[in-house]
Amino acid sequence: MFASFKQKFRDWAFKRTAETGTVTLTQRRIFIIPTRQGFTLCFVLVLMLLGDINYNLSLGYVLTFLLTMMAVMSMLHAFRNLAHLEIRPGRAEPVFCGETAQFMLHFNNRSRLSRFQLCLVQTGASFWSTTPNPLAFDAPARQDTGVALSIPATRRGWLQTGRLTLYTEFPLGLFYAWSYLHFDTRCLVYPRPLDDAPLPLGDAPDGSGKRSVAGDEDFAGLRKYVAGDALPRVDWKAYARERGLQVKQFSTPVGEELWLDFSAAPDRTEEDKLARMTRWVLDAEARGLRYGLRLPDNELPCNYGIAHRDECLRRIALFNLPQDNP
Amino acid sequence: MNKFLTYGLLLSILMVIAPHADHLPLWVSSICVGLLSWRGYLAYSGNPLPKRWLLTLVTIACIAGIVISFRTLFGREVGVTLLMLLAALKLMELRQARDAMVLIYLCCFIIITNFFYSQSIPTALYLFASLMVILTTWVHLQAQNMALKPRLRVAAVLLLQAVPLMLILFVLFPRVQGPLWGLPQDAYSSSGLDDKMSPGSLSRLSLSDAVAFRVTYNDKVPRRDQMYWRGPVLWEYDGRTWTAGRTLYSVTPEFTGLDQAIDYTVTLEPHNKTWLFALDVPDKLSIPATLTQDFQILRKEPVNARIRYAARSNLVYRANPRESERQIRRALQLPRQFNPRAQQLAAEWRAASGDDAAIVNTALQYFNRQNFIYTLEPPLLGLNGIDEFMFTTRQGFCEHYASAFVFLMRAANVPARVVTGYLGGEFNDFGNYYIVRQSDAHAWAEVWLAGRGWVRVDPTGAIAPERVQRGLSAALSDNAILPFMARNPPQWMLNLRMNWDALANQWNQWVLGYDSERQFAFLTRLGMESLTWQKIALNMMLGVGLAIGLFALFMLRHLIARQPDKVQAAWLKLCRKLEKSGLPRAPHEGAQNYAARVAAVRPELEGNLLDLAARYSALRYGGKTNEQQEQEFIRRATKFSAFPRKRESG
Repeated sequence: MFASFKQKFRDWAFKRTAETGTVTLTQRRIFIIPTRQGFTLCFVLVLMLLGDINYNLSLGYVLTFLLTMMAVMSMLHAFRNLAHLEIRPGRAEPVFCGETAQFMLHFNNRSRLSRFQLCLVQTGASFWSTTPNPLAFDAPARQDTGVALSIPATRRGWLQTGRLTLYTEFPLGLFYAWSYLHFDTRCLVYPRPLDDAPLPLGDAPDGSGKRSVAGDEDFAGLRKYVAGDALPRVDWKAYARERGLQVKQFSTPVGEELWLDFSAAPDRTEEDKLARMTRWVLDAEARGLRYGLRLPDNELPCNYGIAHRDECLRRIALFNLPQDNP
Repeated sequence: MNKFLTYGLLLSILMVIAPHADHLPLWVSSICVGLLSWRGYLAYSGNPLPKRWLLTLVTIACIAGIVISFRTLFGREVGVTLLMLLAALKLMELRQARDAMVLIYLCCFIIITNFFYSQSIPTALYLFASLMVILTTWVHLQAQNMALKPRLRVAAVLLLQAVPLMLILFVLFPRVQGPLWGLPQDAYSSSGLDDKMSPGSLSRLSLSDAVAFRVTYNDKVPRRDQMYWRGPVLWEYDGRTWTAGRTLYSVTPEFTGLDQAIDYTVTLEPHNKTWLFALDVPDKLSIPATLTQDFQILRKEPVNARIRYAARSNLVYRANPRESERQIRRALQLPRQFNPRAQQLAAEWRAASGDDAAIVNTALQYFNRQNFIYTLEPPLLGLNGIDEFMFTTRQGFCEHYASAFVFLMRAANVPARVVTGYLGGEFNDFGNYYIVRQSDAHAWAEVWLAGRGWVRVDPTGAIAPERVQRGLSAALSDNAILPFMARNPPQWMLNLRMNWDALANQWNQWVLGYDSERQFAFLTRLGMESLTWQKIALNMMLGVGLAIGLFALFMLRHLIARQPDKVQAAWLKLCRKLEKSGLPRAPHEGAQNYAARVAAVRPELEGNLLDLAARYSALRYGGKTNEQQEQEFIRRATKFSAFPRKRESG
């Protein structure tokens, strides 16, 4: 019976769909219930009151009533700790499968009141048992606090935070005030690249894939380092001169193209093939080749550069996934 | 567990067990302090907590200690001791947040146990100090990275907000006349008069400064030598100790010729005995009690909480002029085997006179003339105590005189008995009431004279009339061993003490003595009519609800009300000024672009305007805000003028 009640409550609380933009925690979005410790204190207070009555302890009444009222006021404090926070999602950088996606969330606290001990978790199994490691943070007064929520990426495609619970038990741990956050932000998860997969050089089906030997020689300039760049191409001398991480770029003669073909991957399953292709894209980009992507349902002409690489990875990540995934 | 959190818990426990140190055995305090310092050291050094078997051993040792020193595992003292040891031992296995919560609740409980021993004003202040420490620790437990200052602030806010709510609850919570269940034997301490008297018992009591009761006279105040507060009446003598014997409830006393009525109110401190005190002889009392045949007022239950009662007494009376044969016989009993010389003296008096009243006078004159000394430290007496006192030592306190006098009377065949109680009292200007202390304890005699009934005779008055007229300090030549208040301290100190006692009296009356009766009286005075406890409870809930609602409104108002962005307002004002000067801002234009455009046309504004625009952008979009910089910007933006005066022209 309790389970069905809980389900009903969830349905009611969850009826909102994912939201875009800034969410302000208004009164109607914040729920509050006593914690287990709150009930324990209630029991202790009843014991104390019985003692006061029995022994006619006036100061005992004072202490009991003080504690009771502090407990009650702590409910307001817990509520206020969440009230009127403005939350907007930030971006989440794509990650490879098996890594941890970092979803940025910005908590804007416009009030003059600092908020302490806010906890953020993915909405879990129960209200009572909080996940062992909630992300706890403070939101100081009149500041915008950025928080990165880590969610392990386990499958390629779009990763979403799902419904998040923002809760607090501050200041006394007697009340659990919470609110649900469901943003439509998503993080792209690329397949986990195979550890070792040589590029399909020379055996491209149309014979146009050639080794770009000359490409490594024509130095074309420097650009900023982007995650995924091959380490040998980093201009370490420039780095030593404190100019930041820079990558040497080489021009690759037009015409030397490498096609990365889904059907050329020697693996059996689709996922393995995609994993291999991910590795190919990374390696091809690292070696400065011009490469194109050929998937059963679409094709990307040959090009090079980070934008091209990311587009290739994106297509691989989203290959053959249901379209209704937002 | 955070090191500083452990220190906070240590301090909390230390604060709540410290007041218990003066009434628990020394070994309990030492073990607690030992365990606390051990835990403190472990937290400081980061060493692991002791093994479980070691703790079990310590626990068993503690329980064994309790059994050995208290000889029981039940009762109040044992309960308090157990709680304290439990708290100290729990600290030794502090591993999770839940353990810390248990400790915090334990601390609150230990605070309550302290109220068994004291509920004075300092105790109340100490309660707030302890609560503050506990709350700060409690908040720390929830937010372990929080600095001390904001934690203190949160705790103080919680405590201060709870105070008015607590007052509402305190006034309106329906009071039940306890106890709800039987209390252990040692639940109440007893001090004060006993129902027996032996040499030394009253002089010991005279050394105590403690308040026995306080009296407010409604209009007329009796003379000091009429302020005899009757306590237990002692009938039976075994040669050394006077005891009350069997009290007759069934027979009501008979008073005639009553005159000089005095109305007064007594606030009696708990003494754990059934008798109440009244001036001789009472004829009206506001609370249910029985007037025994020997004019004592007895309650059914021992007085184990402070009580108030109004009474009326008549200073002129004739009491039991027709006393029953049995009582007369009781008032003549004597152990004949002791004190032969005193008996012989009494027999001589009897032979000389047939009139009982004349014998009484003879005895008083005898005491007056034979160089008796009134002292708090009389020599010890042997088997024939009264003989030794009458003929050898001749030094004694009121119990010696009362005892010897009644013995002589009985030996001379005059019915007599010993009455104990209090004499006099000390006037408090500030509160307009009299304080009667234990040091005012006194013993006197009553003789029964045919036709006049029981007549009070105070043999002490024959030796040291100052005692009756001016109090103990006046009567004793050497007052060094008297309690502080019975001596004659300097006036300012006396004033201070009287002020303090007046305050304590108000505290006792209104805070500690706030029972159902007081509650009804107070609420009626506030204007509530036809009170029932249901009505009070309803009012309480309404009051608390309303107060919490007000708090909620106050606390959430500034969160809800959008604060107009002062920075933006200042900037817009500046833009309006420029607009008036013919340079309106285009809707798409950002602050810095606009400023640059204006500066190109009006170079004299350039420096100031560009700087302001840069500051504005930083404040609005820079993320972190800085109060000081905001103020600076607002000040300068408001002062900004589109037509700055040239220095030459101004």
